[in-house]
Amino acid sequence: MSSPTASLLRLEGVSKRYGVTLALNDVYFDLRAGEVHALMGENGAGKSTLMKILAGNVERDSGRILVDGQEVEIRSPRDARAHGIAIIHQELNTVPAMTVAENLSLGAEPRTKLGTLDRRRVLREAREKLARIGATIDPRRPLGSLSIGMQQMVEIARAVSENARILVLDEPTAALSRAEAQALYALIGQMRAAGVAMVYISHRMEEVWQLADRVTVFRDGAYVGTGTMSELAPSDVVRMMVGRPVADLYHHEPRRPGAPVLDVESLSGDGIGPVSFRVHAGEVVCMAGLIGSGRTEVARLLFGADRRLSGEVRIAGRPSHPADPHAAIRDGFGFVPEDRKAQGLFLDHSVEANIAISTLRRFATAGVVRAGRARDAVLDQMRRLRLRLNALPLPVRALSGGNQQKAALARWLLRDSAVLILDEPTRGVDIGAKREIYEVIDGLASAGKAVLVISSDLPEAIGISDRLLVMRGGRIVKELRSADTNEEEVMLHATGAALQTTPAMEGANP
Amino acid sequence: MTVPETTKPGATAEVAAEPFDFAKWWDRVGILIVLVALVVLMAVIAPNFARVDNLLNIARSISVNAVLAAGLTFVILTGGIDLSVGSIVAVSGVVSVLSAMAGLPAPAAIAIGMAAGGLCGLINGVLIAYLGLAPFIVTLGTMTFLRGLSYTMTAGQPIVASDLSFRDLGNGYFLGLPIPVIVMLLVFVGAWFLLERTLYGRHVYAVGGNPEAARLAGVRVNRIVTSVYVLAGICAGLAGVILAARLISAQPTAGTGYELDAIAAVVLGGTSLAGGRGRIVGTLIGAVILGVLSTGLILMNVPFFTQLLVKGVVIILAVAIDSLKQRSFRFGRRTGAPKA
Repeated sequence: MSSPTASLLRLEGVSKRYGVTLALNDVYFDLRAGEVHALMGENGAGKSTLMKILAGNVERDSGRILVDGQEVEIRSPRDARAHGIAIIHQELNTVPAMTVAENLSLGAEPRTKLGTLDRRRVLREAREKLARIGATIDPRRPLGSLSIGMQQMVEIARAVSENARILVLDEPTAALSRAEAQALYALIGQMRAAGVAMVYISHRMEEVWQLADRVTVFRDGAYVGTGTMSELAPSDVVRMMVGRPVADLYHHEPRRPGAPVLDVESLSGDGIGPVSFRVHAGEVVCMAGLIGSGRTEVARLLFGADRRLSGEVRIAGRPSHPADPHAAIRDGFGFVPEDRKAQGLFLDHSVEANIAISTLRRFATAGVVRAGRARDAVLDQMRRLRLRLNALPLPVRALSGGNQQKAALARWLLRDSAVLILDEPTRGVDIGAKREIYEVIDGLASAGKAVLVISSDLPEAIGISDRLLVMRGGRIVKELRSADTNEEEVMLHATGAALQTTPAMEGANP
Repeated sequence: MTVPETTKPGATAEVAAEPFDFAKWWDRVGILIVLVALVVLMAVIAPNFARVDNLLNIARSISVNAVLAAGLTFVILTGGIDLSVGSIVAVSGVVSVLSAMAGLPAPAAIAIGMAAGGLCGLINGVLIAYLGLAPFIVTLGTMTFLRGLSYTMTAGQPIVASDLSFRDLGNGYFLGLPIPVIVMLLVFVGAWFLLERTLYGRHVYAVGGNPEAARLAGVRVNRIVTSVYVLAGICAGLAGVILAARLISAQPTAGTGYELDAIAAVVLGGTSLAGGRGRIVGTLIGAVILGVLSTGLILMNVPFFTQLLVKGVVIILAVAIDSLKQRSFRFGRRTGAPKA
């Protein structure tokens, strides 16, 4: 075994090209035994490519990979496993219909002398594996019945049982509740003490400062630098990630909100609300809160996607009680859902079809679409959003994340909806597209639309909005003026720890 | 994303020429090339093949399957499937013949047959769209049920109606063309118009492409899903009436297994069973290929058993090509646009 400070894993001059895009350009990465090493960077920085190379899913074009000082080749997931590398993906690699124990023995099922599955041993070994990471999960339960956090624990238990020495965690807390995240942090601490080295990919600053020993930053596929957490402030890392100070990212002219456009009174749904709030013409309001606090649910209730239990909603004074999204759109709502691939877009359909879909009726006479007029209108929106016009017939799948999001936005710009609800509009898009999306949001406000944004990115939520609605447990617990608040205050209300500072908060707002 | 040089304001026809894309090209004309090659091959091997009367016979023989496949294309475009269309053929044939025998005028008997098909489709559609049942299971059930219904209505015996008022629908000619062929062409023109030119067609594609996204984009998904089964039912009803007219009788066994030939035509025509992708013209070509293939094989005196072997291979080949094409396309895009 190597000494605690020697490199366990080292990448030197690794490059990877996809077509014309240089996804990784001569990058360097160094991981020591028993350290948690954060890997940070904007989308498109090359983190996923690095992870795929380590997982054996993608082969590098050049450069060296060293494990324990020995140069190695990782050509397949099997190679990766042989070198003790395990990846905990955002999308879990497990079979939900099978039990925890079956998942843990997947691919290496113990057999009886007769060659049949040795169920007792499967169960016993599963208990041992779970005990090793201190997880108290009944191995007989179907995996799919567990929460995402617990499923992740199972995945980690599997990795540890395969004697993984290098664990790559890709945004592991993205879908976890606060309690689950805390349990994961504790487990990470344990594994670190046991000498497991971890690459921790995360966008959450506070979490990175809490967990990591060192951080490496990539930008546009290139290595920017590595530093020790204790010597860095979050603003340093942000500057490394973005390449310039970010203060102006959210800049917008002062807005003068007009009359209320969206008026919500005691709206409630299953486990949500009642919530009451208003959004005025020319105003951007952000719903802030932790994952699971009910923000998306409120949006879906407004949009008629889920059933309302009670409440009074008005758009410009007219009641809106949509039975389905079709009716909500007619009432003046536009909604860009959080998961744009699963809910927002038709990935195999053209950009044109994706943008036009909600407005086609306007270009139709007796049900017959006047295709030329529809196309011209779509092209106008594409120009407005600086989408390249020859993307019109391309499947949306072929676009980058940022441009996909712009196409999703264009649909509602074309519809000219009075109230826009944007759920995590900048998730998974690069900084350039982010900037453009902020401009669109600002433009919508200046055009007198009411904009309701859901964002988990606190600086963004504060930066782009006029007011913040902080949600917790399905209710709005605090309304804040964006100009007079900061991340810390929002977080205090979002976590319900308004009187005490939680450990997760340290360093969140330097 | 920067503004590319190709962005000139005010122009709509500035969609730049893309590099040659084999997958896309094959998508458009591949199936047509297969058809032409097949026809040439048959004309060379079987000397009687290229005669006008033979070609018209082929056209007439495929009309029933093609009309079925036209309706089924809508269903498959939404990502559904309809196994009951073969049984609907029998039910509507029986209903139309019984109506005609009861003294109803020919147009009314035809309309009642089609309406019966539409009603069967409505049952499928409501069960699938509003109860959320799996299309495969629902239509497997109605397939069996409706077959039973057609046996029940006829007491298991064919009903021969030698003076059937609408017999010309199956056997007549108009302007030198067999009437069923004209009906088939009208059905395809109608289907093409619906899918390519109307709001409804766009919504069908949207539902097949991503039902949840369609719902959130304001498409009334349940209505669309219901309607495509109704359309498939009406088409099957029309096919059943044509078949009854051709046979001058109502056969409780009519249309047995037709659903599979119709599905084969749709898939051969390039429509994805996953939904959202495909074209009605492809379905027509797919039906013609299957028809040409069986007639050609008969002319070549290929034994019936061997004909089945050939047909099976052709269907699997067509789907394999489609799948390979899809994979290379998807893969190319994915690796071409890395995300970190």
